[in-house]
Amino acid sequence: MCTYATVKTTIDGSAKGPDSSWFHVTDGTIYFDHPVHAMAEHTLNIDFADPARGPSARVAVELTAASARELVAAIQAALESAPAELTI
Amino acid sequence: MSDSLCAQSVRITGHAGDEIEAYVARPDDDGARGGVVVIHHMPGFDRATKEIVRRFAELGYDAVCPNLYWREAPDAAPDDAAATARARGGVPDERLIGDVGAAAHYLRSLPTSNQKVGVIGYCSGGRQSVLAACNLDLDAAVDCYGAFVVGTPPEGFPLQVTNLVDQLPNLRAPLLGLFGKEDSYPSPEQVAELDEILTANGKPHEFHSYDDAGHAFFAVDRPSYRVAAANDGWERITAFYTTHLGG
Repeated sequence: MCTYATVKTTIDGSAKGPDSSWFHVTDGTIYFDHPVHAMAEHTLNIDFADPARGPSARVAVELTAASARELVAAIQAALESAPAELTI
Repeated sequence: MSDSLCAQSVRITGHAGDEIEAYVARPDDDGARGGVVVIHHMPGFDRATKEIVRRFAELGYDAVCPNLYWREAPDAAPDDAAATARARGGVPDERLIGDVGAAAHYLRSLPTSNQKVGVIGYCSGGRQSVLAACNLDLDAAVDCYGAFVVGTPPEGFPLQVTNLVDQLPNLRAPLLGLFGKEDSYPSPEQVAELDEILTANGKPHEFHSYDDAGHAFFAVDRPSYRVAAANDGWERITAFYTTHLGG
C-alpha cells in the first residue's frame, strides 16, 4: 500500500551526498512506504535534505522495518554511551 | 496496425494554467484512436511509468502521463522529485483533477483523437484515477489497487488524503478495478465495500481480484511483481479500453 504517512522533523548536521560532497542538512522526512531501490515491499525511508539547495540535495536510505528498529536502538545506545554533558 | 511509435517529453498546460512536463507516446500511424491518461504512482514520473505509457501506444492509443511533481521539482530525478513532493504534503486532489483534465484535453486536441479518453492509475494513482473519473468527463477509468477509495486514511500526518466515498455517486465513467487478494490497502473487504457502493449507485464496474498477489503486482521492477496477475490484468485492461475507447 501507499501508507501516505509522513513524519517530518528539523535536523541540524551534515550529510555526504550527491557527487561525494558534504552538505548541511536541515530537514528529515521519515516514512514507511514503498522503497525506490530496496528489495522489499515496504521500508522505513529517511530523507536527510536541505530543501533550500533543491530536490537533489538529499541523502536517502531505505531500511527494512527490523533493521530500522535496530538502527533506532543503536543510535540510542551510542548517545547513551557518551558523557551526558557532550550530548545535550 | 504498425507497432512503430514515438515517445517524448512535452509541456502541457496543467491545473490553474501552470506549464507542466508530460510524457507522451503515440503510434506512428495516423488512424483515429482513443487516448489514455496514465497517472504515475507515488514514487513518481519514473522509468517504469514511462514504459507503461509506451505500452499503451503500442496497444494503439495516444497516451500521456503528466508529471504531477513538476511544480515542486522541475527537472529533478524522479526519486528526488517524489521525496520533495512528499515532504511538502503531496499532490492536492484539486490540482490532480486539473492536471488530469488538462492531459485529457491535450489528448482530445490531437488530430488522431476519436474524442474518447480513459484514465489509469497505479497505487496512489489508483485512487486518483477514481477521483478524476468522479470529476471529469472521461470514457473509462482503471483503478489498479488504489488505497483509500474507501476506508479511513491515517490521521495526524502531513500527507493528507481522504477517501472518495462521498464522491462515488458522481462517478462518470465505467470503472475497471484490479486488485490483489493479499493486499491490505485496499483489503479484500474494502474492495467488496467499493463494489457494493458502486452497485447501489448503478455505476458500471468490473472488478478482478487475484490470488497470490498483493499490492503493486504490475510493478516489474519490484518484488511485489506477480506475472500471472499482471499478464491477466493487462488483458483485462486491453479488453476494457477496446470496449470503451475504441472507434
